[in-house]
Amino acid sequence: MSKRTFRIWRGNAEGGDFQTYEQESSEGMVVLDVIHGIQAEQANDMAVRWNCKAGKCGSCSVEINGKPKLACMTRMNMYAEDEVITVQPMKAFPVIKDLVTDVSWNYEQNKRIKPLQPGKPEADGDYRMAQEDIDRNQEFRKCIECYLCQDVCHILRDHGKTDVFVGPRFMHRLADLAMHPLDTRDRVPEIVEEFGSGYCNITRCCTDVCPEHINITDNAIIPLKERVVDRYYDPIAMLGRKLFGGGKSSENTD
Amino acid sequence: MLDVSEIKTIEHDVVVIGAGGAGLRAAIEASSRGLNTGIVCKSLLGKAHTVMAEGGMAAALGNVDSRDNWKVHFRDTIRGSKFLASWRMAELHAKNAPARVRELEAWGAVFDRTKDGRINQRNFGGHRYPRLAHVGDRTGLELIRTLQDHGIHQGIQVHMECKVLNLLTDADGAISGVLCLWRETGRFMLIRCKAVIMATGGGGKCWKITSNSWEYTGDGAAIAYDVGAELMDLEFTQFHPTGMVWPPSVRGTLVTEGVRGEGGILLNSEGERFMFRYIPERFASETADTIEEADAWLTDDKNNRRPPELLTRDVVARAILAEVKAGRGSPHGGAFLDIANRRDPAFIKKKLPSMYHQFKELAEVDITKQAMEVGPTLHYFMGGIRVDADTQETAVPGLFACGECAAGLHGANRLGGNSLSDLLVFGHLAGSGAADYIEGRRGDKAAEFNPEVVAKHVRAATSILNRESGPNPYLVHDKLQLAMQENAGIVRTGEQLKEAIAQLTALQPEVDQVKADGASQYNAGWHEALDLSSMMITSLAVAKAALMREESRGAHTRLDFEGERAEWGNANVVTKKGSDGEMIVQREERPAPPPELEAIARATIEELESGTVG
Ligand SMILES: Cc1cc2nc3c(=O)[nH]c(=O)nc-3n(C[C@H](O)[C@H](O)[C@H](O)COP(=O)(O)OP(=O)(O)OC[C@H]3O[C@@H](n4cnc5c(N)ncnc54)[C@H](O)[C@@H]3O)c2cc1C
Ligand code: SF4
Ligand code: SF4
Ligand code: FES
Repeated sequence: MSKRTFRIWRGNAEGGDFQTYEQESSEGMVVLDVIHGIQAEQANDMAVRWNCKAGKCGSCSVEINGKPKLACMTRMNMYAEDEVITVQPMKAFPVIKDLVTDVSWNYEQNKRIKPLQPGKPEADGDYRMAQEDIDRNQEFRKCIECYLCQDVCHILRDHGKTDVFVGPRFMHRLADLAMHPLDTRDRVPEIVEEFGSGYCNITRCCTDVCPEHINITDNAIIPLKERVVDRYYDPIAMLGRKLFGGGKSSENTD
Repeated sequence: MLDVSEIKTIEHDVVVIGAGGAGLRAAIEASSRGLNTGIVCKSLLGKAHTVMAEGGMAAALGNVDSRDNWKVHFRDTIRGSKFLASWRMAELHAKNAPARVRELEAWGAVFDRTKDGRINQRNFGGHRYPRLAHVGDRTGLELIRTLQDHGIHQGIQVHMECKVLNLLTDADGAISGVLCLWRETGRFMLIRCKAVIMATGGGGKCWKITSNSWEYTGDGAAIAYDVGAELMDLEFTQFHPTGMVWPPSVRGTLVTEGVRGEGGILLNSEGERFMFRYIPERFASETADTIEEADAWLTDDKNNRRPPELLTRDVVARAILAEVKAGRGSPHGGAFLDIANRRDPAFIKKKLPSMYHQFKELAEVDITKQAMEVGPTLHYFMGGIRVDADTQETAVPGLFACGECAAGLHGANRLGGNSLSDLLVFGHLAGSGAADYIEGRRGDKAAEFNPEVVAKHVRAATSILNRESGPNPYLVHDKLQLAMQENAGIVRTGEQLKEAIAQLTALQPEVDQVKADGASQYNAGWHEALDLSSMMITSLAVAKAALMREESRGAHTRLDFEGERAEWGNANVVTKKGSDGEMIVQREERPAPPPELEAIARATIEELESGTVG
């Protein structure tokens, strides 16, 4: 047991500021535990999202000492005993109250993406897909929609280009669909025209913060960009293909 | 004075309460029948409990072992339930699960594959053959995301972070509306509707050590009970044998049964593989009784019987408890779960990635090198709202229920993996049940409800904010959890259950007087206070049902009534609200099972496979 000092942003859309709390922290605790302690004992009405407390639901995204993180997976012993821990809401999204932000924009982007359109199954009613052809999809599908990648992407965070770029989370959703062995849609034109793949300049900040360790930039965005270039008969496509592989991993899945 | 007409009112044909697997599947079905469908959920879309499910969903696809079929799945479910599952629901479930899983694949789910490219299936406790379609150990995420991504294109309206407070009924007692509270703004909303599908999940937050999140406060059962629905089988609360036990802040967090399915074993502090000492008579013929055979099963599951670690959850949970009580527990009061010495690191990371991650990040344990420490954690409600097996309708006209909040499929004990398939099968049936009900009522006058009742409910909610002072809702919740943890745990006595009831009754005045500080906007304390009334009803109903059932069966273990008793073998405990608001708990005999189903359930596996039965 030891007392720790927390600075937590309290307020709403109209404004707010940091409040300081002293709270007990015991062995094995994560930042969310201490926030819950403060909530139960000192600030009953403090707003923070959480569900699973095990890094599986992506609810508890906040910025801790300036870094976008899941509060439930950030252990207190990562910080020195005397270090002040500052917690604030994600900056890229409008604040609702305290640590809770309005992430509805993300749900709207997802809705714009056309769903999977599979071909016909085999005669026995089953689809066939080889494990190695879906390894990449499964990597993307680990996404817990914490939106930390959206939060750090400077196109959204600093330049506010939410009207033209869907952000890394939905770039890899598009990649998941484009690489899905069963999908029959041509997604390339909309990836560039509607979803703004061209805005990403491959800074890799999104990949760095992803708690699921999805290699968003190298495995999703670059292959998508490469396909786009390919479509416009750009000679770079040939180079890109050599460098990154690409193309639907198996168009024919017998 | 409160003017109800000032509360924003919207309309849907069907309101689905809950956005887990059951609610989403029900909504997809209702909307595919052309109904204006809305979903209301307490958290953001995609965050419901279902997202946390790990191991897989059970369906007799027969992809890995072609001997599997619906009859074997049905038999496993009935036996696992200690013959208390609804026969018809277990039949519907086993028959429909494969189609529901295949449909999910066509909607975009990407399951792990077999060598020939079909959906892979893994072993799980109580399932005779490898039966669980899975994606590593994040199957629930795959299920919820697939339904979510499919559902958003079906014209379903989702009202997120909105808590349903009460159901509203018309003069005839049929469902006519829903009263909700927007968590974000603290404003109320009324939804006028013809049918409601309850899909709110369980009530694990009534216990201190649980794998459940803050949402699982038994709202569905309590809200439905309030308007006249019956609750059933609430004494059967499943304690999962393997929750984390250390560090304290994650005590209860689940360790998937998939660890044992992939070969993990349980050891006590003396290094003994103790499960061999706890094999019940009923499963003896199908369980390995030597370490050699259990180990051989890992590579050849056709010619060797299953290891005892894969016995049903109630058996394994009680065994761990007994070892700890006998002084053979692990340092933090559990048992050791070892996969490190059974499989190579690459295999573990591929098959159990999120367990690897969870232990590494939260407990600083590398499961490819060290054993985990595990112990029982409150995990699942077998009981819940009583429904008709084919339509999922409750005793209240227009009210349907599916998923964990409904009762029937799992009887006294649920098999792992049978929940995710339950959500899909009965979510689908609830959606069509509600649609049939509405079509049958065409031409009816518009749904009406009594504004005075609405005003009463709204006042009950706002008085928590408005009163001058009162108990802290978080501390009241702590007391409630302690009462249940200590007195309605994995093993219980009549004395303890009476104590639980006494403590809960004594807590009622505090619940009635709780005070939440601050304004109505996203006020966590207020939300906590509002959940308390559901938890009170749920906890009381559990304790009373458990007191009535004087035997030990499945997940319900009475130290003062050991063993299964013939006189309880064919009876359910049913709970409902009396006309004076009192809680009525009664025993009900079950109708005789259909002979063909009973023959399948009681057949030996050889008889089933050779086709002499079934
Ligand atoms: C850690 C863990 C692992 C599991 N692993 C497996 C597994 O491998 N296989 C398996 O078969 N089962 C597993 N289970 C069990 C299974 O996940 C659950 O039983 C199942 O997901 C419940 O689904 P549901 O749709 O009934 O409800 P949930 O997914 O629990 O969703 C409930 C919904 O209801 C909403 N809600 C509740 N109250 C209200 C209210 N008052 N107003 C509005 N909305 C409300 C919630 O917001 C939520 O959206 C696991 C459970 C846990 C906790
Ligand atoms: S790599 Fe692209 S998507 Fe990712 S943070 Fe940088 S600009 Fe944004
Ligand atoms: S890609 Fe990673 S960081 Fe982005 S939302 Fe998904 S899990 Fe979060
Ligand atoms: S609470 Fe679920 S990811 Fe943190």
